[in-house]
Amino acid sequence: MENVAFQHSLPALVHEVEQFYFLEADMFDEWRLREWLELLADDVRYFMPMTRNVAHNNRAAQFTRPQQDVAWFDDDKQILVARVEQILSGVHWAEEPLSRISHLVTNVRIHAAEGDTVEAGSRFLIYKNRMQSETDIYVGKRRDVLRRTADGLRIAKRTIWLDQNVLLAKNLTTLF
Amino acid sequence: MPLDLDTLVTDDGLISREIFSSAEVYARERETVFAKSWLFVGHVSQIPNPGDFFLSTTGEDSVILSRDTKGKVHVFLNSCRHRGMRVCRFDEGNTRRFLCPYHGWTYASDGTLLGVPEFTNGYQGVLDKSQWGLIEPPHLFDFHGMIWVNWDPQAQPFLESLGDMAFFLEDFLRMPDGGIGEWEVIGGVMKWPIPANWKWGAENFAGDFYHGISHASVDQIAISPSGELGRHQSDAVKRPMKLINASIAKGGHSARGRLFEDDYPYTSEYGKYAEVDRYFADAYEKRQQRLGPLARLHGAGGTVFPNMSYSNGRYSIAVWNPRGADRTEAWRWYLVPKDAPEAVKDVMRHYAIRYQGPSGMTEQDDLENWNYAHEACHGNVARKLDFNYQLGRETDDSLLAGWNLPHTTVAAGFTEHNQRGFYRHWQSMLSGGQG
Repeated sequence: MENVAFQHSLPALVHEVEQFYFLEADMFDEWRLREWLELLADDVRYFMPMTRNVAHNNRAAQFTRPQQDVAWFDDDKQILVARVEQILSGVHWAEEPLSRISHLVTNVRIHAAEGDTVEAGSRFLIYKNRMQSETDIYVGKRRDVLRRTADGLRIAKRTIWLDQNVLLAKNLTTLF
Repeated sequence: MPLDLDTLVTDDGLISREIFSSAEVYARERETVFAKSWLFVGHVSQIPNPGDFFLSTTGEDSVILSRDTKGKVHVFLNSCRHRGMRVCRFDEGNTRRFLCPYHGWTYASDGTLLGVPEFTNGYQGVLDKSQWGLIEPPHLFDFHGMIWVNWDPQAQPFLESLGDMAFFLEDFLRMPDGGIGEWEVIGGVMKWPIPANWKWGAENFAGDFYHGISHASVDQIAISPSGELGRHQSDAVKRPMKLINASIAKGGHSARGRLFEDDYPYTSEYGKYAEVDRYFADAYEKRQQRLGPLARLHGAGGTVFPNMSYSNGRYSIAVWNPRGADRTEAWRWYLVPKDAPEAVKDVMRHYAIRYQGPSGMTEQDDLENWNYAHEACHGNVARKLDFNYQLGRETDDSLLAGWNLPHTTVAAGFTEHNQRGFYRHWQSMLSGGQG
């Protein structure tokens, strides 16, 4: 396996990953969710833990654990497909009418690039407004494992840390 | 014009919208309902070891569920006796003492006041520390591992207050094989806000089989572990049955379930996962042998008055914590049988969290509906219009005849029988009645 870092300079790789994230954000915000599903590897893991307030010597317990604890999301591709089909069903009242959403993605950094795999971190700020004045703001961090395929980058693993303890929104119908 | 708080609920199934939106009603129910009812705080599996604690809430009060260093379970008001600061600011953990970060009063894990800075110089050593320990509710009860408290010194004992509901709550707490066993709470308690009064969640879980349209979208996709359409694993069972709505007048509790006409052989409810389906098939047979004809009742869920609701199929417990008339902070615990194989726990956990809570594909639509139905209790024209709770007024107590449930009335099918019972009890407590 060749090291991607040798094929691409770091700025080029950052640019490629950023452009990938911006495309993804457009897909979210324009409700092109079936297209977004195509950006996911078939074995994708999509995980958003819950966050606890813990003592400084108990920081390991700050987040619930994947495939073990309760989480806001701990999904495979099948469940993500179901979520998308529900949102686009026209009778999912929590998203009917659809909300107005803008995903901002920033602080993109490459943590590792080896073979066909890129590990990238980012921050997100998502603004959601629905009905008249219902507004939610989600801010947090993401860490992805991206896989390079003949069709372009694919998300093999995404971990999302939302900077909230008690959730501040009544619903999480937004994709992150 | 002041509200007449004693006529908000009529015998005719009409209920004032003010019960959801009025600040006056809320102020009164804090004193008459929450200060006098048994409230669920947490589960023993969350604090298995001496020194373990879990931060919980009763009504609007922060409380600590603590196992002291000798192993005894306590609940404390999470408020320093000196100036009120929270003495515990962590959601869970293990500690020998609770230190108030404001002036440093320190309490043991059994609530005893241990240390007061400047005790000798400032208080001349005359402060009676034995009188200034953390406040504990006068009543605590461990019901098969569920910890309940009541802040009213004159409260009825827990089991008396639970009355016939003990049968349904015990049924919920039976292992899938019908036996008594140990549950464990899966790590992490969901906490989220609902911009609506706490009673929306309570009444929905008490008896709302009627709201199928709410879940039209999730019923089109397969989220059940059966792999079939329908959001419940039990939707895969196509056998003659009746929807049971059991209202327990004494205590105001409610339970729902499906009462099957025959002792049918196991029908796959976890068909997507062979190993898990075998576990539930085996459990089903054992449950039938153990419970006999009682096994024909498959619980769906219910509400222990006032604000604890449970879901049988999802094996979860919700508490609708009031945060003013217009806001609820929902908490949800997810349970699995401690001794179940990992594959079973895994499927139960995934199913529950894709179904319930703010990221759950079923409950999202409930939350949207409660949010905007609640909003419609505020308009000056709208707030004066009653809600209609007249659905399904016929009862048929023969359905559970011989089950030794003297204070329970039953209605079958789509009905608001349970909601009417819930609000009758709520009204009687609001008027000063016993919990």
